[in-house]
Amino acid sequence: MKTSYLKSSLVSMAIALAGMSGAQAAETIKVGILHSLSGTMAISETTLKDTMLMLIDEQNKKGGLLGMQLEPVVVDPASNWPLFAEKARELLSQEKVAAIFGNWTSVSRKSVLPVVEELNGLLFYPVQYEGEESSKNVFYTGAAPNQQAIPAVDYLMNDIGVKRWVLAGTDYVYPRTTNKILEAYLKAKGVADKDIMINYTPFGHSDWQSIVSEIKKFGSTGVKTAVVSTINGDANVPFYKELGNQGLSAEDIPVVAFSVGEEELSGIDTKPLVGHLAAWNYFMSVDAEANSGFIDAWKSFIKNDKRVTNDPMEAHYIGFNMWVKAVEKAGTTDSDAVQQAIIGVSVPNLTGGYSAMLPNHHVTKPVLIGEIQENGQFEVVWQTSGLVAGDAWSDFLPGSKDIIADWRAPLACGNYNVKTAKCSGQNYE
Amino acid sequence: MKPYNPEQISRHMSRLLNWILLLACLTAGQLPALYAAESDTPLHAAAELFKSKKFDQKYQAIQLLASDGSEQARAILVALMDSRLYTLKRDQRLIMLGRRSGSPDAVDAITGESVGNVARGAMNKITLNNRMRSQIRNALAMLDLRNPDKTKRLAAVNQLLDRPDAASAALIQSLLEQESDGQIREAMEIVIALGKLSSGDKTERLAAVELLDGNIHPAVRNGLLKLQQSTSDEAFAAEIKQVLDNIKATLQLYSLVENIFFGLSLGSVLVLAAIGLAITFGVMGVINMAHGELIMLGAYATYVMQLLMPEHIGAALLLSIPVAFVISGLVGIGIERGVIRFLYGRSLETLLATFGISLILQQTVRSIFSPLNRSVEAPSWMSGSWEINSALSLTLNRLYIIAFCLLVFAALFLVLKKTSLGLQVRAVSQNRAMARAMGVRSEWVDAMTFGLGSGIAGVAGVALSQLTNVGPNLGQSYIIDSFMVVVFGGVGNLWGTLVSGMGLGIANKFLEPWSGAVLAKILVLVFIILFIQKRPRGLFPQKGRAAEG
Repeated sequence: MKTSYLKSSLVSMAIALAGMSGAQAAETIKVGILHSLSGTMAISETTLKDTMLMLIDEQNKKGGLLGMQLEPVVVDPASNWPLFAEKARELLSQEKVAAIFGNWTSVSRKSVLPVVEELNGLLFYPVQYEGEESSKNVFYTGAAPNQQAIPAVDYLMNDIGVKRWVLAGTDYVYPRTTNKILEAYLKAKGVADKDIMINYTPFGHSDWQSIVSEIKKFGSTGVKTAVVSTINGDANVPFYKELGNQGLSAEDIPVVAFSVGEEELSGIDTKPLVGHLAAWNYFMSVDAEANSGFIDAWKSFIKNDKRVTNDPMEAHYIGFNMWVKAVEKAGTTDSDAVQQAIIGVSVPNLTGGYSAMLPNHHVTKPVLIGEIQENGQFEVVWQTSGLVAGDAWSDFLPGSKDIIADWRAPLACGNYNVKTAKCSGQNYE
Repeated sequence: MKPYNPEQISRHMSRLLNWILLLACLTAGQLPALYAAESDTPLHAAAELFKSKKFDQKYQAIQLLASDGSEQARAILVALMDSRLYTLKRDQRLIMLGRRSGSPDAVDAITGESVGNVARGAMNKITLNNRMRSQIRNALAMLDLRNPDKTKRLAAVNQLLDRPDAASAALIQSLLEQESDGQIREAMEIVIALGKLSSGDKTERLAAVELLDGNIHPAVRNGLLKLQQSTSDEAFAAEIKQVLDNIKATLQLYSLVENIFFGLSLGSVLVLAAIGLAITFGVMGVINMAHGELIMLGAYATYVMQLLMPEHIGAALLLSIPVAFVISGLVGIGIERGVIRFLYGRSLETLLATFGISLILQQTVRSIFSPLNRSVEAPSWMSGSWEINSALSLTLNRLYIIAFCLLVFAALFLVLKKTSLGLQVRAVSQNRAMARAMGVRSEWVDAMTFGLGSGIAGVAGVALSQLTNVGPNLGQSYIIDSFMVVVFGGVGNLWGTLVSGMGLGIANKFLEPWSGAVLAKILVLVFIILFIQKRPRGLFPQKGRAAEG
């Protein structure tokens, strides 16, 4: 009697345990976070990891997703591009995450791309990039060139009356492609060759004396001159310092930057930068209800009142909410179902409007131009009247102007050439 | 006390008159008239326009203030320029904050009466853009033309020279008579001559061109270029061409001087970064891959010093020189005692071990200070440039760093040549066994030498904090360059380090405009590789028996 009771209770306990562990495994949805926490890119990417943790935490407090809790899986690809691919594989095949949020540099995205395509994963990429890409498995929530670079040039040309252009960038794929697009765009607008100066510098360049002096000479012809800067991260500080020291103020030669945001400004002495411009889809200073709520949530999550928010954080906010909404709509986290469901999903962005996922896996966003203020924030001086739809393939490059991306059936193609009516596969260069 | 200024007095008088009239209206019981009169002044109209979010209206407001020209209008413009102009949320009144940042006292911008302490949330800042800034600057310059202060007047004329327009030229013409200062008169005459370039009278034009001969201000060159293209008179065009050629020749000379300065300044950075290595690698023969991180520690020491003394940025910078020396020096001694001394003579293992140390130091800094770059401020005496003329200005921070580099070099040289530590260092590096036989504690000397080299790296970090980012990766970007300089200069020779650092800096800067920054670096590296093939011991090889040892 006694033994049988013991036996039965043991059995029931075992069943209960098994049931519990089974239930627990089923109860969470894993979300992969693929951002460098060490190495050179840690400076920018650590913040995005924290943003994702906050968003997941908030979603869990709201009751999770499909009745299950979300479980973040954080890996550290250590600013090492091949390691990004390995870690993505680990996330998808071992951890079986429902979606990956990650990457910063284009080269890391290119390294992850074949992996997510092979394993049919979902990747949400939150940073402005050079375009010329649209993958079935990647969702680009940052700006395409037509959502950042082109409007910025339009602003300088029409509102400031700029006639001479310096395109300065760090020597890698994003600045090179962006500048190629801009050069084609400027020439289409009738700017002569002699009025465009293009300059590339190595990563982390710190001696800007000759280049700034050259810009000064280029800009002293009495015609309004501006610098369009795709200079990346670290090299910006010495660049702006040199501009300030050589007496080039934003009133003489404004610099509009695509990689300088609140986070970057928080690490530098902003005095020499006041008045210079940046083009983004979001600024921390934007006066909107959603934004102030987000800022408060971020400050209390990170437990630091001085931390700032920036554009890629907003991109993750948009991307994460789109994914949540698509999963709810599809009723499952299955990759194919979510890919179908997410197109057309529209969620609030932080600037007081809505962003929608387009068939080309890019999103609609407003474009804002801000002037740097002494407190490291931006003052919006111009913005597009409506939302700008992200264009995967630039209309200003000869190779890509006939190409469109549309992942809806029946086309379902990332690079469809409207002239030859061919879907040429993913490897268009 | 303000000096006597008839115009101001008369303006005050007229304002007094206004008040009397107002008072008269008041006593007559015409309150609406009072209201109308008060909001009719340009100041009120401008204040009204400032409330708009549209920049177009703000441009108009600045225009109004500029044409008003009163002291109060000027004060408002200055406040706007310094971002001290706000509107109160409750009654939309325009207010100015105190000059000191964070000072709570605000005054009404128009009446000047105090509105007391206003909370941050209770007011909206009047936002500025670049066009407004240049508009204000020009407006202030026009007002400053009458300023009794000579330097202000000169600055005002120069400001107007940068952006010449018809109104300012006319104003300057009218003020030329009264101007007593020769330098200012000269500047004024250039502005006027520039205006006359487009005059219809041929002799006037010719006179203007002759006056502008030899002037290298960009506005002059642009004006002449424009005239050269538009004129149909061939003799006149030839005259202009002559003047332009003169200007071009002068400019070329200055640009050469400027390039040499750039080269020296890049060179001094290279020398600073490399000179510590010249001791640890050059004298001791230790390949220290953590050298860059010792530089980084020096830069962080500067950051911490500025945190400790937020009110005295300049003093903090000076104090951080000894602090950085001690910190990096101690860390260096720690590395030597803890790791390197077990690996003497095994250079490959030293290289790997110190590389590991460099990663540990980087990650430690990342954990303590966060991976983000830290902001190190430049003291005001290090910002800006020394303007020799409009074509040549030398940036102050670079000038200081060149001087600092030479000082550090001289100090190090003296330590090695004139002190007993220096003697022992040289003795050990030349012949360890013999030195030990003479009673030199070679282990102690090793530690001290390594500490000295590391300390110098820390000092270099202080200088670099003024030029580049202070972040965990600071050191990495200088380690290759440092080795390059030391190897090129000749291992074990301080003079070699100085000459090679400066030489490479100048070579780099002369190549850069021609080949671009990326290619210039590659070319310099290729050159060094080829040079080392020919002369493996560098520019200044050690001679004699010591070299074999």
